[in-house]
Amino acid sequence: MRQVVVIALNTFRENLRDKILYNLLFFAVLLIGFSVLLADLTIMEHQKIVTDMGLAAINLVGVIIAIFVGIGLVSKEIERRTVYTIMARPISRTQFILGKYLGLMLTLFVNILIMVVVYLATLQVYRAPVPWALLQAIELIFVELLLVTALALFFSTFSTSTLSAIMTLGFYVIGHLTTDLKGIAQKSHSEAVKAVMTGIYYLCPNLEMLNMKGQAAMGASVPLSYQAWASAYGLLYAALLISAACAVFQRRDF
Amino acid sequence: MDAILVEEVTKKFRPGWPGLPPVTALAGLSLSVHKGEIYGFLGPNGAGKTTTLKILLSLMRATSGKVEMLGKPAGDLEVRRRIGFLPEAPYFYDYLTAEEFLAFYGHLAGLERGELSRRIDHLLEVVGLRDARTRQLRKFSKGMLQRVGLAQALIHDPELVILDEPMSGLDPLGRKHVRDLILGLRDQGKTVFFSTHIIPDVEMICDRVGIIVKGKLMASGRVDELVSHGHTQSVEIVCEGIKADEVPSITALATRVLQRGRHCLVALPEPNQLEDVLAMIRARGGRLVSVTPQKGSLEELFFKEDDMTVSVRSDTKV
Repeated sequence: MRQVVVIALNTFRENLRDKILYNLLFFAVLLIGFSVLLADLTIMEHQKIVTDMGLAAINLVGVIIAIFVGIGLVSKEIERRTVYTIMARPISRTQFILGKYLGLMLTLFVNILIMVVVYLATLQVYRAPVPWALLQAIELIFVELLLVTALALFFSTFSTSTLSAIMTLGFYVIGHLTTDLKGIAQKSHSEAVKAVMTGIYYLCPNLEMLNMKGQAAMGASVPLSYQAWASAYGLLYAALLISAACAVFQRRDF
Repeated sequence: MDAILVEEVTKKFRPGWPGLPPVTALAGLSLSVHKGEIYGFLGPNGAGKTTTLKILLSLMRATSGKVEMLGKPAGDLEVRRRIGFLPEAPYFYDYLTAEEFLAFYGHLAGLERGELSRRIDHLLEVVGLRDARTRQLRKFSKGMLQRVGLAQALIHDPELVILDEPMSGLDPLGRKHVRDLILGLRDQGKTVFFSTHIIPDVEMICDRVGIIVKGKLMASGRVDELVSHGHTQSVEIVCEGIKADEVPSITALATRVLQRGRHCLVALPEPNQLEDVLAMIRARGGRLVSVTPQKGSLEELFFKEDDMTVSVRSDTKV
């Protein structure tokens, strides 16, 4: 466990020193700038716009970090050969993968935390309410980010950074369209299309399950049981991807 | 018990395209490194040195064969606690300071805080980086990176130190520093296994040397044994009071005659011609200044092995 923590803390430190937190500036501009602009352009519903924009900005910034830092977690270590000296130490490859994942998870958590604090402060300025649904949506955004990070990490154990980015982005987009894919499969007359669409539907994570930003902006919460199931689904999917990443990494020659 | 034992190891890389034959990097390599010795692993570029090291450290799997380190199979996590490694042209986390960098590797090796702090102080002193302690590695020169890399390999006081081309890219002073450090490790009873293609480094510090060519160990043994065995020992005579290049009987025997002011250098290919030539010099009124036997060099052997023209000689299982 100690080895995992050492790798995780070093990954977190690397993210900090690579100035990942600068993205918070981007977030602040996105949130405050657009909110003010749109609020000025519309006559009503200032509060809803700010609430909506904030959640979208948190999600967007989080996904950018998860994908673009996630794809480099392992592939960068191999390309730069830093993995040589680490693997020569008493640390298993599984511990290394877990450490890298936990490190980015910590970075994402700190990021989300700061963004949420800024977000809540902005809502306060606009005297917008903070319904329970908002916090539910933020929790599910974090679960989605853990899943996306696991996807990026999985791809980065066997392909280059560019290819990993393309594949993760692809899965992310398809992950938000899986319900449509199922609809296409049901309506299609072609057996081949049905088979492919159904296959993709079951293979790709259903990220829409974790998306309740729309309801949250309206203040509509979901039952706790739904939130628990959706979180468990996301975390289980991430765990499967991490296990697969460990299995692939275990067999790699450097 | 040997510190490193490699038996009949082969490594074949899968080709990039289907249908192409596999590339053989190691073809039945066998070698052993005794405890407490400095073993130089010499070979031209592409001979299989780094592949061997990677297999030793389980960064790569052998296609077949047996590899043991400190009596345990390579890859055993406990054994890795007792091994230090510096890769070739290392790239490290350049956002860390020298101190943080060493602490990271010390933690991975399981060192406790107090001991780690003592080891960091000691090693930064040993590699001459005490003043760069809080500087980020991205601001280090190549030589400094090599030195901090060495400190990283030694942070947990390992019994066996494996170094891949530790002197490459260093200036003469840097190379001397690394040589001294390696000798110091042997004095402490450690085993050092290092790969290189720089022959003088091997000649100067290694107890034994192995020459790898095209994935096979072509020769292994003590440096003096390897260079003297089967090699002609030439002789250089320096004399004065005579112009040897004007004496046909001397120039006929010598491989080279050089007149430098009052002194004259006569190089003979065979030592058994020495007495005859000395008699000729005295007969012409010359005076002997020095006689130096010229040993065969590892370089000659290296080139010959690379050309695959010399039969295999060894003191170990080759």
